[in-house]
Amino acid sequence: MAAPFDLKNDGVVVIIGSGAGGGTLGNELAQKGVDVVILEAGARHEYEDFINDEWDSFAQLAWTDKRTTSGDWRVAKDFPNLPAWIVKSVGGSTTHWAGASLRLQEHEFKTLSTYGKLEGATLLDWPITLAEMEPYYAKAEAKMGVTGTNDWPRLPGNNNFKVLKAGADKLGYKECHTGNMAINSVDRDDRNSCQQTGFCFQGCKWRAKWSTLYAEIPKGEATGHLEVRPNAMAIKINHDASGKVTGVVYADKDGKLQEQKARIVAVAGNSIESPRLLLNSASSKFPDGLANSSGQVGKNYMRHTTGSVYAIFDKPVHMYRGTTMAGIIRDEARHDPSRGFVGGYEFETLSLGLPFMAAFLDPGGWGRSFTTALDHYDHMAGLWIVGEDMPRAENRITLHADMKDEHGMPIADVHFDDHANDTAMRNHAYKQGSALYAAVGATRTFPTPPYPSTHNLGTNRMSEKAADGVVNKHGQSHDIKNLFVSDGSQFTTGGAENPTLTIVSLAIRQAEYIAGQMSAKSI
Amino acid sequence: MVTIYERKLGFEGKPGLSRRELLKRGGASALLVISGSAVISPEHAWGLETSALKPETMATLIQMARDIYPHDQVPDKYYAIAVKAHDEQAGKDPAHKDLIEKGIADLDVKSGKDGYTGLGWEEQRVAVLKQIEGTPFFQAVRGGLVVGLYNQKEVWPIFGYEGESYSKGGYIARGFDDIEWL
Ligand SMILES: Cc1cc2nc3c(=O)[nH]c(=O)nc-3n(C[C@H](O)[C@H](O)[C@H](O)COP(=O)(O)OP(=O)(O)OC[C@H]3O[C@@H](n4cnc5c(N)ncnc54)[C@H](O)[C@@H]3O)c2cc1C
Ligand code: SF4
Repeated sequence: MAAPFDLKNDGVVVIIGSGAGGGTLGNELAQKGVDVVILEAGARHEYEDFINDEWDSFAQLAWTDKRTTSGDWRVAKDFPNLPAWIVKSVGGSTTHWAGASLRLQEHEFKTLSTYGKLEGATLLDWPITLAEMEPYYAKAEAKMGVTGTNDWPRLPGNNNFKVLKAGADKLGYKECHTGNMAINSVDRDDRNSCQQTGFCFQGCKWRAKWSTLYAEIPKGEATGHLEVRPNAMAIKINHDASGKVTGVVYADKDGKLQEQKARIVAVAGNSIESPRLLLNSASSKFPDGLANSSGQVGKNYMRHTTGSVYAIFDKPVHMYRGTTMAGIIRDEARHDPSRGFVGGYEFETLSLGLPFMAAFLDPGGWGRSFTTALDHYDHMAGLWIVGEDMPRAENRITLHADMKDEHGMPIADVHFDDHANDTAMRNHAYKQGSALYAAVGATRTFPTPPYPSTHNLGTNRMSEKAADGVVNKHGQSHDIKNLFVSDGSQFTTGGAENPTLTIVSLAIRQAEYIAGQMSAKSI
Repeated sequence: MVTIYERKLGFEGKPGLSRRELLKRGGASALLVISGSAVISPEHAWGLETSALKPETMATLIQMARDIYPHDQVPDKYYAIAVKAHDEQAGKDPAHKDLIEKGIADLDVKSGKDGYTGLGWEEQRVAVLKQIEGTPFFQAVRGGLVVGLYNQKEVWPIFGYEGESYSKGGYIARGFDDIEWL
């Protein structure tokens, strides 16, 4: 039974956000008998309610509250009020996500030592190593049903994968398969196996794809220790005279302000909202915002170096059929500065339906050059580039000087400039991606610009020293010991891999730490 | 309200239409007829009733929509459906009505004595559109089309996109891996 907790109950852990980080942490704590209230800004849509239609699903799930953008990234011009494509709904972006689940590589936890100082980048080593993370990665893979681990077979390759694989073979790439996907390749965890529906981005109606919405939260609720409160938008975190946090002010479904008392607060609103909330919680004691003595809250915003390559062939492909992202080439993920950049990138299959293809292939484009591409939609194959981008202090989330949301909370501005390393990497990937498709007979290729950010990272970075970042290796804020960060904003640097497996692993690890500290009465 | 209706009868059979039709010949495009407050495609048996915008404006808007996103295999009807939201919005918002009416008037002036639809070749019309590409009017029309045109379920099959698949059991038994030419 879901446990409704009293607003005045100051023994609970309050988690803000029910996505990859928050939803996992909530269930893990509940399993250990810790009482948890998750405040979730979005509504609760169950898997039956998901819609196999790109725009309708976007309207149902996406975070569309206004944000502003600045910087030289093309998203700021094409989608000035939509810097990120993420979710406002119970389950967070794990409803929309594609399921690609990769471990970071060893050197990606040590970028400053490996790459050296890079001008215009704020590289820093993580305060944890791959070896320390490995047991938690293993737990996360087991929980999420990641294919290619734990003897679960990989998914069968769809048409889009077969084109990718043929190109990879022609180019001599060695590591190409259907990926490590948090998508059931066999029935397990009381959930179906993948039916190749092709609407992974719109929420999986078969529940084959892992999501906190149906794979974590109901298990936590069944313990009686977890309450998820939807339509509850956190606005401010309160603290006492000693500086400990004491509760969270939120707007309820009717827009009325409430305060939920708390013993511990964990922020997991994704990398734009989490710093926004910490900054908006400024007080006379913490004039620059909570947990911000380092001045790092909101800085080092990362979004991965992304882009897509679509290609047209003289024969049909039907790339949209089947699992959207079950296909990967990992050969370029290595760190090899001889290519003209540090860090690496992955190639993953990607397809968009016709409506999103029209919106994202070349935003703002028109005329025959654009329309003849769409004319051959069913002859198209596509891949996505996801690579490590450089953290930069100027790439940051700030509170807008005068624009406010319906609750009177300043909206977030997202500033992003590409680092020269990002641009060099993207150009390399465009070239390789185009060559790959040309090798299979593509008649035309499209180096497609980055979409609004799906991977948002780094804005409350983890650091060994309190002066360098916001949280320690457990996601606990350096400044306030009962305040945690539990989402992708903890990432010190981004790695080349899709981030969610790491977010989930960190949440499992953090739950152990929090439960331990609570029983030791140290928080 | 704008209504797009299928014309069951021939053009002459539609009751209430006067005979003072103004024929508009879009260069490369099919014949659109203005009648009263309607834009009519006699050949393809559909009509579009306007309420806020002038029907001539609507006819030009349809041609402009095709020139922005030309798909020769997509009939005019879908372009008409894609731009009809401008008539609805113009009915609610005088500023929008102004934007569209003035935008089209300007387009006609820039196109010479026979106006925009009097230009016979797509290239000629595109050259005029290039001049106004940066204007709020052009961007409103183009921006609206991205969803207005490509999100019509009826056009998806023309592009070979199959849409919803859950109710059909996904593609697991319907060709997710049926590629043969590799
Ligand atoms: C289309 C798409 C495809 C993706 N594919 C992949 C993939 O294949 N592999 C991968 O690793 N990652 C993928 N991702 C990214 C992945 O979804 C995110 O990295 C991950 O979900 C982030 O977890 P999070 O906990 O930081 O935030 P989220 O999962 O976004 O959850 C944050 C939650 O917090 C809520 N919230 C925010 N602010 C407040 C507030 N003030 N009060 C209350 N609630 C609040 C939000 O509504 C949201 O529900 C994809 C994302 C998208 C959009
Ligand atoms: S392709 Fe598989 S994972 Fe994706 S939505 Fe369909 S069933 Fe779910």
